[in-house]
Amino acid sequence: MTNLEKYVKAFTDSFEISEDQVSALEYQSIVQWDSVGHMSLIAAIEDAFGIMMDTDDIIDFSSFEKGKEILKKYNVVIE
Amino acid sequence: MNNINFFDDIGVYSDNIAIITEDGEQISYRTLLNAADEIASFIPARKVVFLVCRNTFQSVAAYIGFLRKRVIPVLISPDINKSLLSDLLESYRPGYICCPDGWNEDGEQIYQKNGYVLIRTGYDVSVGPNPQLALLLTTSGSTGSPKLVRQSYVNIESNAASIVDYLKITADERPITTLPMHYTYGLSIINSHLLAGASIILTDATLLEKKFWQLLKSLNATSFGGVPYTYEMLRKLRFERMELPSLRYITQAGGKLPKEMCSFFASVCSEKNIKFIVMYGQTEATARMSYLPWEFAESKAGSIGIAIPGGKFSLIDENGKVIEESDTIGELVYQGKNVTLGYALNYQDLAKGDENNGVLYTGDIAQRDSDGFYYIVGRKKRFLKIFGNRVNLDEMESMLNKAGFTCVCAGSDDNMKIYVTGGQKADEVKAFVVDRTHLNPAGFTVKQIGEIPRNEAGKVLYSKLEGLYG
Repeated sequence: MTNLEKYVKAFTDSFEISEDQVSALEYQSIVQWDSVGHMSLIAAIEDAFGIMMDTDDIIDFSSFEKGKEILKKYNVVIE
Repeated sequence: MNNINFFDDIGVYSDNIAIITEDGEQISYRTLLNAADEIASFIPARKVVFLVCRNTFQSVAAYIGFLRKRVIPVLISPDINKSLLSDLLESYRPGYICCPDGWNEDGEQIYQKNGYVLIRTGYDVSVGPNPQLALLLTTSGSTGSPKLVRQSYVNIESNAASIVDYLKITADERPITTLPMHYTYGLSIINSHLLAGASIILTDATLLEKKFWQLLKSLNATSFGGVPYTYEMLRKLRFERMELPSLRYITQAGGKLPKEMCSFFASVCSEKNIKFIVMYGQTEATARMSYLPWEFAESKAGSIGIAIPGGKFSLIDENGKVIEESDTIGELVYQGKNVTLGYALNYQDLAKGDENNGVLYTGDIAQRDSDGFYYIVGRKKRFLKIFGNRVNLDEMESMLNKAGFTCVCAGSDDNMKIYVTGGQKADEVKAFVVDRTHLNPAGFTVKQIGEIPRNEAGKVLYSKLEGLYG
């Protein structure tokens, strides 16, 4: 699996949505991505890439696009 | 602070700061009371008003104003599903709705200030409410049950005073809100801190917003409360690595935090010199029934502690006999002035008297250790806590049945299982539940089953469900 595929899968698994829905996602834009969903998403992403994110990054992780930027810090490049 | 209550008498704190808003505005007790009395002046005493709560200045002002005027507020979640709201309106026929601007379009607007409006609904009921009745809270807001808890003036005054006593709250405290105001635990934090003349930082920002942590740090918040899910978030956010020097204590209630989590937070907090206080309560007991003194957070991890000042616990066996021995399981019974008057199902019930007489059968199964500390081990009543929200399983079933789904509900906290029969679509059931409850879908699993296991009398055998269908 490519990094992009893993990244998308973290969203589709955590929120039970289809792949075509993920790219425009933002925190609280769908009912699944509330504080509860955010925790499952972060856990799924940390598992997928074997990383541990810092508090500030967990809080800043506010959209599908923003997440890609944050992951660069952890040497995870999503293209 | 002896013999004063948190609504009639807080004028004594005149120049203290009562409220600090998200914008950093500091509002004195005097200003709070002026705003409170102004909005309440539009409603005659003993009328019922739906107060749609947010953690904002005007929401608190309206609440305090209504209590002072002896107007009876029903505290409503701003996220309530609209069809559930109309059921509630029909059941209670409140003469007024007090809500954020733009929240409700119907009715005649009679007052508007600080982001809140007061609306006259046109309902007018002639039933006189019980003179003791102070306010009404939902038990299970998310299923829109019309069942409300009737809280008296004595209930709310005595519970706030007990909380101030055991948490040793002084005018120097500055709690920051983490819980909604319509939720009894969130409300109890507001009540008890007003009673002590303290300053409350009001925000609707969640722990996952930068704004929350900025407010906490820049305004030097001294405490906050959290339900079990809040603590899961704190752990995920690596609370142990945070620098929060202003924080003096944090409390936990609203459901059972696993023992391992209690130990974790007890030890992290002790290193940081923050008191970690586990507590237990129910809306039926106004808010609080017990607390675990922070000194015991580690050694008695998993315990709900001891009864609050003025309260008393006992355990009874299946025959109603009091259990004297330690480490023996029974139903937890609480006695105290904060035991509420009872339930209401409609406006006629607001006239009812005190049905509990100071004794609450909690429905929780507990045991007491030889040092007198209590531990919850199970639950008699059919409800779950989903991310801190109480969801009654029977009400959920009846709501689903009414919508045309044949199903039964069971499961555990944060994981409700909805068992459906026949060709009903799991995703439709889930979408319906999420729409109605406004809770995260992760809290619900829909399972297809062949048939609902029942006994000869037709009663659902819930214990068999898990075994048969996992």
